[in-house]
Amino acid sequence: MPRFALVFLPAVLMLASPAEANKVFVSNERGNSVTVLDSQSWEVIATFPAGNRPRGITISPDGKELYVCASDDDTVRVFDPETYKELHTLPSGPDPELFALNPAGNPLYIANEDDNLVTVVDVKTRQVLAEVPVGVEPEGVAVSPDAQTLINTSETTNMAHFIDTSTYKIVHNVLVDQRPRYAEFTADGKKLYVSSEIGGTVSVIDVSKAEPTIEKKVSFAVPGVLPEWLQPVGVKATKDGSRVFVALGPANRVAVIDGATDEVLDYLLVGQRVWQLAFTPGEEFLITTNGNSNDVSIIDVKSQKVIRSVQVGEQPWGVVVAPN
Amino acid sequence: MSKLSLTLAVLSVAMLVAFPLRAAQVKTAVLRIDRVVGPPISRLDAPPADLGFAGGMLGNEDNRTTGAFTGMDYTLKTQAVAPEQAGTALDALKAEGIRLIAVIAEGDTLKALSDRAGPDVLLLNAGARDETLRDADCRANVLHVSPSRSMLSDSIVQFLMWKKWSRILLIHGSHPEDKQLADTYRSSAAKFGAKIVEEREFVDTGGGRRTDTGHVMVQKQIPVFTQDAEDYDVIIAADEAGVFAPYLPYHTWDPRPVAGSAGLRPVSWHAAHESWGATQFQRRFEKLTGRNMREEDYQAWLAMRVIGEVVTRSGKADPATVRAYALSAEFELAAFKGQKLTFRPWNGQLRQPILLTDGRVTVSVSPQDGYLHQHSPLDTLGIDAPETACRAFGG
Repeated sequence: MPRFALVFLPAVLMLASPAEANKVFVSNERGNSVTVLDSQSWEVIATFPAGNRPRGITISPDGKELYVCASDDDTVRVFDPETYKELHTLPSGPDPELFALNPAGNPLYIANEDDNLVTVVDVKTRQVLAEVPVGVEPEGVAVSPDAQTLINTSETTNMAHFIDTSTYKIVHNVLVDQRPRYAEFTADGKKLYVSSEIGGTVSVIDVSKAEPTIEKKVSFAVPGVLPEWLQPVGVKATKDGSRVFVALGPANRVAVIDGATDEVLDYLLVGQRVWQLAFTPGEEFLITTNGNSNDVSIIDVKSQKVIRSVQVGEQPWGVVVAPN
Repeated sequence: MSKLSLTLAVLSVAMLVAFPLRAAQVKTAVLRIDRVVGPPISRLDAPPADLGFAGGMLGNEDNRTTGAFTGMDYTLKTQAVAPEQAGTALDALKAEGIRLIAVIAEGDTLKALSDRAGPDVLLLNAGARDETLRDADCRANVLHVSPSRSMLSDSIVQFLMWKKWSRILLIHGSHPEDKQLADTYRSSAAKFGAKIVEEREFVDTGGGRRTDTGHVMVQKQIPVFTQDAEDYDVIIAADEAGVFAPYLPYHTWDPRPVAGSAGLRPVSWHAAHESWGATQFQRRFEKLTGRNMREEDYQAWLAMRVIGEVVTRSGKADPATVRAYALSAEFELAAFKGQKLTFRPWNGQLRQPILLTDGRVTVSVSPQDGYLHQHSPLDTLGIDAPETACRAFGG
């Protein structure tokens, strides 16, 4: 009875898993709210207002501050992850969409699409430390594990800009396919994955040498899905670099890539218009935001199976999980 | 030549040698040919003085930002002339060394310009919708970034079929361009299985288009004009001359929606469009110009971005390379329409989704779901390769 097995396998895995319960924060772009889930029960435990058009969402390494890009408010809102009260706001420049926090917890690097700038904000003093001119429509932001390099992708210039985090100068530009959305380093800092939404590819960039070079472009193919809809957006790599997960937007699939060969191993069916991804701290689970079905899908990382979906607010966009 | 300028000349040559990338210049132009036309029915539609130019300027700005990283320097010249000066304006641009030129003109003018331009110039059609320019009268030195009439009419009819509003009352104007547009609607209806149950012609009898309390007469005229029609679901207005279509909605004898030149309109762009990152694009344009983006602006922006994309990818800016790369399988362009835009290599037409708007919001985007094609759903819009009479692209 394969059907029986499929239904009960996840439950068994969940019981066997040593995962702690962590809070999962999902920004609802249209709902103007953040939904909080429990990563053990997968129940919604709270929903709180998060300003207008909340998109990018991240949390401080100590778990004390939750940052939300309130795009239509032109600000980053900072919330207490325990009480869900707004603590203060950070200057972000207009229409903040995505950002990345320095691994040390400060500063915050914010992409400002309207002004072709990356804004660097000190989260303690709430001051703008620097504004780095980049290509047209900066979008994805990533910080290298050693915090030396900041990556920004510009959607209309189609580049990954490599910015030195001490001088805020651009040191390299790598041309990728159309509309680069998201950048993700491997934990060893040797590889960088950049998704190109309209180009339909993920560029694998070798960053271990003096000059970063594209070593491969991963493309996607799903039977019965028009190639036009295979639009890679969010990317997450496991800490050991063995697996890379790519959200394929309107294709409603998450691609699983072998981190050693950078070949696609599988496509997991999730909700509609899958956008961003986040691991639980132990990487037991991967959570996907599905904008057009108003839910998140939970993927069991080890078995590479979707174990359930949970309804959240309207048009979920970003997701972050509180640290242990 | 003075000593100073000689020194400068030597210096710049030296710089060219030392920094070959820095010296690369990409000269472009937007040439707009302005016919004398009367005011539009709605004053909201009055063309701004920088129509099309502003879009070209934004495209050039975008290219310059990217060029700062690639060592390419982009320049843009914008010029508006009367039809009788079109040829000399083109010659003057060529004399300045500008050989990548976006043109916003009537079809006949564009055809004359392309014949005059010669093979060492690439024109990017950012205006004319004429089918024949993409078909029997296609020219090897013209790429079309503006959609053709049939791409627009197919977009509307696909949507009507999705709605199951398949019985059409076609009302066309009396101008030649109205009749051409009516032809494309007839073809679209046949292509997708809609039925034109009746046709009527709205004759332009001349006279001023705007009079005080003109709506009083319109309210009496249009119901009578649309009375006693065969049973229909929807009116399609083919009024490219802009004489009557905006009067149709709400005034028809039967309570029926209107599409085409009024009501639900197929457009390459609309200022209300926000999907696929368009909001930021609209805002960048509004910041630069202080007004909303029009179709001509979007099309001129597209022309500049096609050039910029090819130059960035190929490192070359000569018209032959731009043309060849744009037509190749390598070329793709993101342009805020949710999927990559590419050229049809057999007639130089840019494939693109078409927005359907009521003037306030994006109502839908064609191609509609379920219209499939062996190459791309975008090729369900407009004439397809097997039907084309274009032979200038090696077809």
